[in-house]
Amino acid sequence: MGSLAAPLVEMVGISKEFPGVKALNGVHLKVERGEVHVLFGENGAGKSTLISILSGVFRPTSGAIRIAGNEVSFHSVHDAAKAGIGTVFQEFSLVPTLPVFENLYLGRELMRGPLTDRRAMLAGARKLFAELDFDIDVTRPASSLSRAQQQMVEIAKAFLSNARVLILDEPTASLTERETERLFGFIGKAAASGVGIIYISHRIQEFQKIADRISVLRDGRLIATVPARGTSEPELIELMTGRAVDQVYPKIAHRTDGAVVMTLQGIRTAGVHGASLEVRAGEVLGCAGLVGSGKSRIWRAAMGLQPLQAGKITLKGRDITGASTRALLEDGVFFLPSDRKSEGLQMTASARANIELSLLDRADFAGPLGLVRPRRSGALTDAIGDKVGIAKSAMDRAVSKLSGGNQQKVLFGKGFGDDRDVYILDEPTVGVDMGTRMALYQLIKDIAEAGKAVVVISSDLPEVMNLSHRLLVFAKGRIAAELSGAAITEENVLKHFFAETESAA
Amino acid sequence: MSMPTTTIAEDTAAPRRANAVLTGLRALFLRVGVLPFFLVATLIAFSLVSKEFLALQNLTNVARQSVYLILVSLGQMLALVTGGFDLSVGTAIALTSVVSALAMVTLSHMLPPDMLWLVIVLGCCAGLAAALVIGSINGLGIAVFGVSPFIMTLGVQSVGAGIALFLTGGVPVSGVPYEFGDVLGFGRVFDIPVPVLVAVVAASTIWLVMNRTRLGKHIQAVGGNAKAARLSGVNTTKVLFIAYALCALLASVAGLLLTARVGSGETNLGGTIALESIAACVIAGVSLHGGIGRVENVVLGGFFIVLLQNGMNIAQIGSYMQMVLLGSLLVLAVILDQVRYRLLVGER
Repeated sequence: MGSLAAPLVEMVGISKEFPGVKALNGVHLKVERGEVHVLFGENGAGKSTLISILSGVFRPTSGAIRIAGNEVSFHSVHDAAKAGIGTVFQEFSLVPTLPVFENLYLGRELMRGPLTDRRAMLAGARKLFAELDFDIDVTRPASSLSRAQQQMVEIAKAFLSNARVLILDEPTASLTERETERLFGFIGKAAASGVGIIYISHRIQEFQKIADRISVLRDGRLIATVPARGTSEPELIELMTGRAVDQVYPKIAHRTDGAVVMTLQGIRTAGVHGASLEVRAGEVLGCAGLVGSGKSRIWRAAMGLQPLQAGKITLKGRDITGASTRALLEDGVFFLPSDRKSEGLQMTASARANIELSLLDRADFAGPLGLVRPRRSGALTDAIGDKVGIAKSAMDRAVSKLSGGNQQKVLFGKGFGDDRDVYILDEPTVGVDMGTRMALYQLIKDIAEAGKAVVVISSDLPEVMNLSHRLLVFAKGRIAAELSGAAITEENVLKHFFAETESAA
Repeated sequence: MSMPTTTIAEDTAAPRRANAVLTGLRALFLRVGVLPFFLVATLIAFSLVSKEFLALQNLTNVARQSVYLILVSLGQMLALVTGGFDLSVGTAIALTSVVSALAMVTLSHMLPPDMLWLVIVLGCCAGLAAALVIGSINGLGIAVFGVSPFIMTLGVQSVGAGIALFLTGGVPVSGVPYEFGDVLGFGRVFDIPVPVLVAVVAASTIWLVMNRTRLGKHIQAVGGNAKAARLSGVNTTKVLFIAYALCALLASVAGLLLTARVGSGETNLGGTIALESIAACVIAGVSLHGGIGRVENVVLGGFFIVLLQNGMNIAQIGSYMQMVLLGSLLVLAVILDQVRYRLLVGER
C-alpha cells in the first residue's frame, strides 16, 4: 500500500552478459510517475539491452526490477505488458501481412464468445487513431504503410494497452518534423496523466524539449543521471563519450586536388528518385539522412545489390553501369554492409576464415593448380588482423562469439586484403564500443590519407559530420544539400533532413 | 480545330483502356494470385479439346473427386500460413486408413453385432488419434525443438509410412464393416454426397477459425512475422504446434473418407497428395513466405488441381506426363508467388 511512495520503475544493479560480451554492468535506473526519462548513449552502450530487460525480452544476469515497489520478474513481453509496460521497439514489431487494426490488437484480441469481435476492434482502432490524431486507414495491411506510418501504429499499439510505463526506442528516427511535434504532444499528455516515459534518442536538441531527467550510459555502465534543464549539449556529449568531442574524431587531412574516382549519375532505384554525385580520391564523402532517405540504397543499387532502374555509374572513367557486385569488388571497390550479421560475416566461421575469404582471388597466393597456399595467405591474414587491431587469441574464434566491436574490425579487415580505390562504408561503427569506434576512425583516416576515396554512410550524425570533408544530406530519395567544410553544422544538416517533406506537405 | 483534338482523344483512349485492363489484372493477381489465370487457361484449353469437359455431369464429378484434396489442402494451408509446410500429409492418410480399418476389424470381432455403430465410431476415432500423433510429433519437432519443417515432416513421412506398412505387412486390411463405406463413402444426405458435406463443414470451420478466432489471427501473425508475434505476446510455440496438429487431423478426415470409399485399409492412399496439396495452396495464393492465405481460394485451388487432372485424362495425356506437368505447374506457381510477394510486401 505504500506503493505510491515508491518510484514507478526501479532497476537495481542490472547486469547482463551475452556470450563473450558484458552488455550491462550494475546499472541503476529510477523512473517516477509522470516523468520523461531519456536514456542517452552511443550505439552499443547498452540502452537497448536495458529496455529489453525492462520489457521482458531478455532476463538480467543479475539485479532486480521493482514496479511501484513490487519486485517483478518478467519471462516474456507478455508478462511485462501485463505489468503495464508498453514498448515501442526500434525494430518494427508489426506483422506486414495483417491489417493495421489486427496488428494493434494482436495478442489481446477483443472477443465475443469464442469468436473475435472484428467490429469492436475496428471501432476501437479508429477511436484510438482519432484520439491520437493519426490519419491512417486501419484496414490497410501494415506492409502498405510508410515507415513513419508504421512507427505511428507501433506507438498507438503501446498506448492501447494503457501502459503505466511507456518505452520509446528512438521513436523519431523515421518521423518528419511535424510528426515528431505531434508525438511530443502525446508524450506530454501521457506524462501529465501519470505515465512514466523512458525515451531513447541520440538527438540532443530534440529530447531537451521534453526530457525531465537524462541517464547517460557508456560501455554498459550508468555514467550519470542528470536533470535535463541545466545540462548543456557539450556536457552530455562528454558524458556519453568520456572524452571531449575533438578527441574522439581524428582530424583527417583533405586532399582537394583528388581525381574523381567514381560517379553516380541520375540514379533511380527503389527509394531513390534521381540523384547524382562524385567520389574523389583522398576525400571522405559523408552521406546523412533519415532512415529511408535513400542514403544507403543509392549505394546498394550502385553495388548491384538492388535493381537499378535508371542512371549511369562510372569507375575510374569507365562506364560500369549494371556491373555485378563481384565485378565491382574485383575492380577495386570495397563495400562494408550495414548489417554485419546478415550481410557481412560468416557468423559461425572464425575471424581468420572470414578475412581469408577476401583473399581467395589473389593471383599471387595461388599455388600450382590454382589452389590456395595456406602459409602465404595465413601470414597476410595475421598482418591484416594486426592492422585492424584484432587480438591474436580472437583470430581463431567463431565470429559469433566475438564482441560487436571485434566483429566490426573483422568486417573492416576484409577490405584490406586487396588494393582498393573506393571504400564504401555503410554504418561503419554501428553497435560498437567507444574504444573500437576510435580505432575504426583511425583506420578511416589512414585510408583517406593514403589517397583512397572513402564514402561514409551513417545515421550517427556527429560521426558523419565530423569525419566528412564533403557531406551529402539525403531526403526522400534525393540529395537535399551538399555541405562542405565549415558549413557542416548540425543545424544545417537537420534543416535539410526534412527539406523535401516540408515543401511537399 | 476540333479534328486534331478528337484524333488525339481517340489515340489516347485505346492505350488508356488497355492500361485499365492491365491494372485490373495486376490488382487481381495481387489479391488472389495466379489461380484465376490458371483456371481460365485450363477451362479454355480443355473445352477446346473435348465437349464433355465442360458438361455439368463432368464438373460435378470433379467437384466430388476433389473433396479429399480440398480437405488435405485446408490443413496444408495452415502449415503454409505459419511459414512452414507439411510433407507428411500422405502418411497421415495412410496411417489413418490402416489404423481405423484394423481397429474396426478387431473391434467387430470383440463386440456383439448390434454394436456395429460403436465399432465404426471407435474405429474412426482410432484413425484420427493416429494422425493426431503424427501431427503432434511434427508440431513438437518444429515448434519446440526448432527443426526445419522440411526435415521434420520428411522424417515423419518416412516413419509413418514405415509403421503403416509394418502394421499391415503391406497387404490391404479387408473386412471393414460394409455400413462404414455405405455411409461415409457413398451415402447421401438431402441428396448431397456425405464426403461433400464433410468438406463443406470442414471448409466453413477453417474459414471461421482463420477469420474470426484468436487462433487464426495468431497463425497468420506467426507466419507474417514470428518475432513481431512474439513481441505482441503471442505464444508462437503453441500456435505452431496446433497448426501442425490440425493439419494432420484434416488429412486424417480425408483418410477416413477415402478408406470408406475403397472399403479397406490401404497404405498407399495419398501417395502424391503432399505435392498436390502444396500445389493447390500455392496456386490459390497461399504464400510460401507465410502469413498469406485465404480459405475460399484454397478450396478452389484443390478443385482446380483435380479439374486439371480430369482434363488431362480426357485429353488422353498419360499419367507419366501428368506428373511432369503438375510438377512444372507447382514450380511456375512458386515463381509467380515470389513476384507477387515482392509486390505486396515490398523490397526491404
